[in-house]
Amino acid sequence: MEGMKETVEESLREMRETFASGRTRSLKWRKAQIGAIYEMVKDNEDKICSALFQDLGKHSTEAFRDELGVVLRSATVAINSLDKWAVPKHSNLPLLFYPAKGKVISEPYGTVLVLSSWNFPISLSLDPLIGAIAAGNTVLLKSSELSPNASAFLAKTIPAYLDTKAIKVIEGGPDVATILLQHQWDKIFFTGSPKIGRIIMAAAAQHLTPVTLELGGKCPTIVDHHTISKNIKSVVKRIAGGKWGSCSGQACISVDYVLIEKSYASSLIDMLKPTIKSFFGENPKESGCLSRIATKQHVQRLSRLLNDPRVQASIVYGGSIDEEKLYVEPTILLDPPLDSEIMNEEIFGPILPIITVRDIQESIGIIKTKPKPLAIYAFTNDENLKTRILSETSSGSVTFNDVMIQYMCDALPFGGVGESGIGRYHGKYSFDCFSHEKAIMEGSLGMDLDARYPPWNNFKLTFIRLAFREAYFKLILLMLGLKR
Amino acid sequence: MAAKKMFGAADASILVTGLSRSFDDGVTRVTLKRISQTSIIGLTYPPTWSVSLLSMTIVATSMMLCVDTCTTQLQCNFFDKLRVVSLLRNSIKLALKQLKNWMAPEKAKTSLTTFPASAEIVSEPLGVVLVISAWNYPFLLSIDHVIGAISAGNAVVLKPSELAPASSALLAKLLEQYLDSSVVRVVEGAVTETTALLEQKWDKIFYTGSSKIGRVIMAAAAKRLTPVVLELGGKSPVVVDSDTDLKVTVRRIIAGKWGCNNGQACISPDYILTTKEYAPKVIDAMKKELETFYGKNPMESKDMSRIVNSTHFDRLSKLLDEKEVSDKIVYGGEKDRENLKIAPTILLDVPLDSLIMSEENIWPSPSNSHESFDMIRSRPKPLAAYLFTHNKKLKERFATTVSAGGIVVNDIAVHLALHTLPFGGVGESGMGAYHGKFSFDAFSHKKAVLYRSLFGDSAVRYPPYSRGKLRLLKALVDSNIFDIFKALLGLS
Repeated sequence: MEGMKETVEESLREMRETFASGRTRSLKWRKAQIGAIYEMVKDNEDKICSALFQDLGKHSTEAFRDELGVVLRSATVAINSLDKWAVPKHSNLPLLFYPAKGKVISEPYGTVLVLSSWNFPISLSLDPLIGAIAAGNTVLLKSSELSPNASAFLAKTIPAYLDTKAIKVIEGGPDVATILLQHQWDKIFFTGSPKIGRIIMAAAAQHLTPVTLELGGKCPTIVDHHTISKNIKSVVKRIAGGKWGSCSGQACISVDYVLIEKSYASSLIDMLKPTIKSFFGENPKESGCLSRIATKQHVQRLSRLLNDPRVQASIVYGGSIDEEKLYVEPTILLDPPLDSEIMNEEIFGPILPIITVRDIQESIGIIKTKPKPLAIYAFTNDENLKTRILSETSSGSVTFNDVMIQYMCDALPFGGVGESGIGRYHGKYSFDCFSHEKAIMEGSLGMDLDARYPPWNNFKLTFIRLAFREAYFKLILLMLGLKR
Repeated sequence: MAAKKMFGAADASILVTGLSRSFDDGVTRVTLKRISQTSIIGLTYPPTWSVSLLSMTIVATSMMLCVDTCTTQLQCNFFDKLRVVSLLRNSIKLALKQLKNWMAPEKAKTSLTTFPASAEIVSEPLGVVLVISAWNYPFLLSIDHVIGAISAGNAVVLKPSELAPASSALLAKLLEQYLDSSVVRVVEGAVTETTALLEQKWDKIFYTGSSKIGRVIMAAAAKRLTPVVLELGGKSPVVVDSDTDLKVTVRRIIAGKWGCNNGQACISPDYILTTKEYAPKVIDAMKKELETFYGKNPMESKDMSRIVNSTHFDRLSKLLDEKEVSDKIVYGGEKDRENLKIAPTILLDVPLDSLIMSEENIWPSPSNSHESFDMIRSRPKPLAAYLFTHNKKLKERFATTVSAGGIVVNDIAVHLALHTLPFGGVGESGMGAYHGKFSFDAFSHKKAVLYRSLFGDSAVRYPPYSRGKLRLLKALVDSNIFDIFKALLGLS
């Protein structure tokens, strides 16, 4: 650990020095670095896919769709837009301040820390990294030890492509994170669980470090059968894809549970079953298209959630677990008790509870009893229901008639609220996330008003009163001596 | 008089629960919906919240009178009082005028990757928020934030500073009298009450004060993952270049320092940096203007504020009495503990490692430095950094290389009055920003909304995965129509 402490200190020192030198301020440097990330991913597609397969059993298509593709796109957008993003924003000032000028410029925070997660170890490392670099910071990335092959790839390959004095990678687990958090950073970006999010923020508080926390939550999916029955096939496919198609349900924006009216529940289940088979065949474990669970501990956690006898009784499909192979079968539950653990904790796995309600409007009430999630999904064409969802619930985002795809829309901010997180990123929001918006006002030495200064008299006081009210006409009258 | 009941954890819990219930019942929101539907705000039957804001105007004006008559512990000078009321009125007027625009959803552009879709960003209130105010501008730093919180649709609890007890009591009385107390409440008190409040779950905490307490607030917020805005302080430097209009420069510095609550403001000029050669000219100009402003005997001048209390007085006294510092006084230095007054004092070349240069003090001290920018950069980032010069290149360099909450060239503190610029700190001087729309945004959650069509589903999204699907995905990622067609036709 001593060695690690020294490494961290030395890294910090070097990054701070690099930042102070001004090298990272150049847009050319930033674009070159982001371009290098693009090249790195393109050159090493096979290596990355192989690492993700070893860590999580991810199929290369899934790996591309959810990770490589995301990073490539993010890099392209950043390079193409950086000039525009970095332009100062001019502000209009009231006439009274003429000829003063005001503007806001984005300046990098300095030396920032990115703590990544294991479920999307490549995109959750490189995407924030792109944002930090685009904004002109020096960055230290700590990849997750629970995806060791991806982590090793990043640690080995990033130094080969990027400016090592400005961008560094550290591997390790909680002990390394603890050492990192003892130091002062100019910004911390964390992706992970709310529990660790609290620890990160508390550590950041000691140094008044601003944080962005991308956490999780139970993302509910409302299915309003009345208004979407014509397209029910699409709906079912999307829900199935949103639960089992991406890292086996281990994503912060995975479909966590479904809400549907009682009378339609069984037909939904009857459609989900063949859909699962169409995705993964008769034996999902051997399909090669279903990701594995991260570790034995994670399997044990999911096992525990299912072990509640009332939850066991609600299993209508699946339920088998193979701890050795880190496999949990795609499972469907029908109406597990709302007070069971599985309905009060983010599932983060391939188990789908279906909660029935008498009237679909009641689903809003259920959602409100839980902490604000990262996303709410609703399949409906009922405008009234849409309005109710938007105004009566709160979440990082709301997506109508689809799931998870909001992640791909880089014009939309991606982040949580309440328990699901603080701050946001993607697209320009990534640039803003790692920038301090500095206000700059330039006054004029030429025009100086006596009325601004003591000693006070009635004239000055009247002048100031009118000035604040921007009552320019009256001001003129005052100055001409026509008003008292 | 009965002993005042201590406000404890149980009281705080009841308070927050009550406010949450009101918030959930839609008291703050329903009226907002009505606002967005009416074309003119404050129609014949003005909704509750807008009445609240209008009432604030009355509150603000009446405070002007009350402050004169009550024996407040903090007696600001008349200009300060006028400025506070005017700023508040402008803040309210702006919110009333702009709220419909601020509340309107913002359209977001979608790309081929998510086609067909439409997207927007909707502002929604965070819920129940806590505003902890400071003692130096108790009304401004309380009401302005409450305006921001209400306009964003939140329920709010205000805890004014106990160091300005008369102001605190007045705020409590007036806010409860004029505003809807099911959604706006005031809790007076000190450490005990603040601690009890911090143990509750808030949807946002807005704190104005010192960096030391800022850490405590953020640590408490961390337990509940509550986002915070921290408006802290810092040593705001003023760089005076020899290529400047010295008279105007010095007048503005004095007005910004001694004219603003006798230097007790977060963006007061804290210390001046200028070259050795120019320093005597600066000092002479300052002496001359100080006399013009406050007369030969500033301790008697009505236009000068007092120090807030004896603790602060003693702290400042100690800073001046430090051996290395006291012999650097070139002007002023008189102290009157009974009346809590300290005369405008100028210090020359105070050692950089003296206490006065390391604490956020509120004293001016021109020190000499050729590398003034480096000196500023070697210190914690301040809330504001000032530069006086005609030199365009110097202005450019200052703006881009000196990091501070805000930069003002050729003036002092005026950016406080500008609602079109975000006001906030960075690093030790804080996080987050407010004023104008930035206040509305500070108290809002920007919710991303994506509308998708149920038609046209690409098999590419789902397992089982194949090479063909991978090709199409790659093309989609690039949003390249040509490649997409090629992939669809199996040609790439």
